[in-house]
Amino acid sequence: MKVEALTKTHISVQKLNVFYEGHHALKDITVDIPEKQITCIIGPSGCGKTTLLKSLDRLIDLTDNVKVNGRVVFDGIDVLDKQVDILDIRKRMGLIAQTPNPLPMSIYDNVAYGPRIHGTNNRKELDQMVERCLQVASLWNEVKNRLTEPASKLSAGQQQRLCLARALAVRPEVLLCDEPTSALDPISAGHIERQLFALKQDYTIVFVTHTLRQARRLADYVIFLYLGQLIEHGPTESMFTQPSDPRTKAYIEGAFG
Amino acid sequence: MILSALGVLGSLVSVIIVVLVRGAPALSVSMLTQTSTGGYYLGKEGGILNAIVGSAYLVAGATTIAFTISLPTALYLNEYASRSKLASFARQSLDILWSVPSIIYGVFGFTIMVYLGIRASLLGGIMALALLELPIMIRAMDEVMRMIPLKLKEPSYALGATKLETALNVIARQALPGVIMGMLLAVGRGIGDAASVLFTAGYTDSIPRSLFDPVASLPLALFFQLGTPFPEVQERAYASGFILLIIVLSLSVASRLLTKKATAYVIK
Repeated sequence: MKVEALTKTHISVQKLNVFYEGHHALKDITVDIPEKQITCIIGPSGCGKTTLLKSLDRLIDLTDNVKVNGRVVFDGIDVLDKQVDILDIRKRMGLIAQTPNPLPMSIYDNVAYGPRIHGTNNRKELDQMVERCLQVASLWNEVKNRLTEPASKLSAGQQQRLCLARALAVRPEVLLCDEPTSALDPISAGHIERQLFALKQDYTIVFVTHTLRQARRLADYVIFLYLGQLIEHGPTESMFTQPSDPRTKAYIEGAFG
Repeated sequence: MILSALGVLGSLVSVIIVVLVRGAPALSVSMLTQTSTGGYYLGKEGGILNAIVGSAYLVAGATTIAFTISLPTALYLNEYASRSKLASFARQSLDILWSVPSIIYGVFGFTIMVYLGIRASLLGGIMALALLELPIMIRAMDEVMRMIPLKLKEPSYALGATKLETALNVIARQALPGVIMGMLLAVGRGIGDAASVLFTAGYTDSIPRSLFDPVASLPLALFFQLGTPFPEVQERAYASGFILLIIVLSLSVASRLLTKKATAYVIK
């Protein structure tokens, strides 16, 4: 409880329900996501982790036949309100996907894409932005001499770091990470993890994972979902040492998953 | 499998050989550099420069118009109306238009031209050919764009891009090889088509000086020359056919090289 008292809520999810073609994917989720901390969403596959993540910036709208109700309050704005400027919300929440998804363009253009669509066209400014973001993603040294090469030529681990740099380039406040290390080799995964850990000073990070050890390593706060329901949430230590719900206990002990 | 591949290759080679052997006596530099003299039907002198340039004018004009309409249409069908009734109706209509015989486009164009009081001309030919090329180009681009998974567009939307920005920057780039392929298919059909230009573009021995002059074309040159009773002129038909073949083949090779270059940035 101490941790909660010290931190500010950044995103507040209230009574969120999501239906996919009649399937009730998320049931009455109510949870606060603390600012400038790493919040891990854990749970077995198919429990709605990604759905919850994609409801936060309404990327879920891209999927057909989805119905969402409830509230997701971000900085005083209800993201789910159709009147809201969702493009601005998405700009303020970066996304790192499960598998690296570079855009069909050069390494440089991948990072510059976001700033460009939001109106930065000054070459010098873009150059600085690209270099800074690639450095934060610790990719700069590997690509600085091949910025015009297609992004698809990079290794999977490098591509994921590029995606991180691309997300940072629009100066977001939140980073939404959907199992960003699950498709990577252990070394690249370690890279990404360390960077995210360092980034929590400046960013609120929401991190979906099904690896409990990863959650324990990274998270300040943990949300446990099971079959679309929010079972338990709390600071990492108490979640792992004294879970109050028997289902949380069983999951953490590896009884299912 | 090898046999069928050889069969395809064999038929291509035998077509080229037959056309080349029969047209060889008439093939000369002047075929390429001079316009025909003495009438396209009976003329034994001069070349078919009028038809080569005419075909180039016709196809360039038609392809430009068709492309200008096709790319936005294909992007619209995919990013804005992907699963709507309008889109499936549009796709169905385009598929039907694709299989409409080209003479129908010719007659349709001719009717419109009579109504508007335009004579057989470069403009009319371009219009009819553009109509012929449109469904091919749109559907070819559309099919490639439909294959692009959500996963590829998602990062663009996640950065706060609009549909238009995503369509122009991500979809169009990823689909670039398909866009080029669609253009080639359309150009290939357009340059070899005789029926649609028969009524709309007419035929002439000279190179058109304006959009309202009639214009010659390679397929029609071949058609008229082959229809004469003189063996010398028939030879010239084969020579024209050979030139047309070479143009189509080199277009195909060029677009292959271009496609290869265009795929460099595509995500597989």
